[in-house]
Amino acid sequence: MRTGRVLIVIGLLGVTAAYVRAIAFTGVEAVQGPAQKIMYVHVPSAWCAFMAFSLVGICSGLYLWLGDRRLDTFSEASAEVGIVLTGLVLVTGPIWGKPIWGTWWQWEPRLTSTLFLFFLFVGYLTLRRAMFDPAERARYSAVVGILGAMLVPFIHLSVYMFRTIHPRPVVLNPEGPTMPGAFVATLLFSLSAFTVLYLGLVTTRYGLGRLRELREARHVSAA
Amino acid sequence: MKASLPGTIAAALIIAGKDLRSELRRRTALVSAVVFAALILVIFNFARDPTSLRAEQLAPSAFWITCAFAAVTALSRAFAVELEHGALDGLLLAPVPREALFLGKFLGNLVFVLLVESVALPLFVLFFNVSLKGALPGITLVALLATVGFVAVGTVFSALTARVRFNELMLPVLLLPFMLPPLAGAAQVTAALLNGRPLLESAGWLRLLLVYDITFVTLSLLVFPALFDE
Repeated sequence: MRTGRVLIVIGLLGVTAAYVRAIAFTGVEAVQGPAQKIMYVHVPSAWCAFMAFSLVGICSGLYLWLGDRRLDTFSEASAEVGIVLTGLVLVTGPIWGKPIWGTWWQWEPRLTSTLFLFFLFVGYLTLRRAMFDPAERARYSAVVGILGAMLVPFIHLSVYMFRTIHPRPVVLNPEGPTMPGAFVATLLFSLSAFTVLYLGLVTTRYGLGRLRELREARHVSAA
Repeated sequence: MKASLPGTIAAALIIAGKDLRSELRRRTALVSAVVFAALILVIFNFARDPTSLRAEQLAPSAFWITCAFAAVTALSRAFAVELEHGALDGLLLAPVPREALFLGKFLGNLVFVLLVESVALPLFVLFFNVSLKGALPGITLVALLATVGFVAVGTVFSALTARVRFNELMLPVLLLPFMLPPLAGAAQVTAALLNGRPLLESAGWLRLLLVYDITFVTLSLLVFPALFDE
């Protein structure tokens, strides 16, 4: 728990520093103008969100194999932080998309995958809330975690194919132009700050989950 | 429990046969699923602006969304029905591996959903004024490829949600994301076929559907036993 708090503080300071650097010390992008600055939040949170769900998938698989409760608690923690991060991606994306693409929403493969990631997190956590027996909840949500993690590449691929059949004529290439070094440095800095923040939040949430398990166990033995 | 492959398949066929027999004898499920599908097709026709969108343009999406919803309603019953009179306990006590239980339920659901789709297809032709001339073999193939994948995942989720609170809401929330790849593929291929384009043009989608089927049938088979690990 303490490690978690320390990591959260470092992560928050890092994100603040990344933003100071992005606004004050990194050049303004020639074509997109100040709107481009949102990338320093958007891309790191998207990266961490995908990492969060990959970890849910991996830990779910390991849970079914090894049966260690801690893996389940970790998956839950990772999914809860992941839902915040996907939320952040889905909010910052349209704010950037409106001035740059000229539209709030675009059925672009990565955007759609993130949206479905959000739906999967919601389904996963709703299922957890609807179940009481810890062992059963762990097994059931592990099944959803594994299947969900496998679905994401398929979503990406099908949206990609959907779009190649109906191409959009004038859309700014989401890959963007190759970035100058200072932009990349700021992005990487922000990325590491977000990763530390993710680790801090997950560690704290994991600690809370363990405490809850302890309380439940004590409750059962007292009864 | 370890069992030989032929034994597992034989047990799976017996379970699937039992499910289909009881569905056909009772008929309520099949009739209501078919009526449900017919109603959605009718509603689709009225939920559009007839001056700007012709029925034919909406046809592939209407057909596949209808099939998806009909499948969800069918799947939501697949395990719920076993909970009545403790039938599930009897099924779990039977000396068959869990994999056979999955395969049996999966095959039963698959035949049921395909049956609903095959009744919905003529209605679709009737309501949406499309011509299936030359497109029928292709549509059959893509329907089979699309249905196998989501029924496999749906069978797992049906077992999973049967004993969870709010199960009638939980199943669609979990299952609908998994329907995006099969439905996108099926609607695209159907649209191409109805426009008279050759099936080979859609080889990419068919390949994606096939990989999806292999992935999710295998994965469902592997994770299903974990749901009854007690």
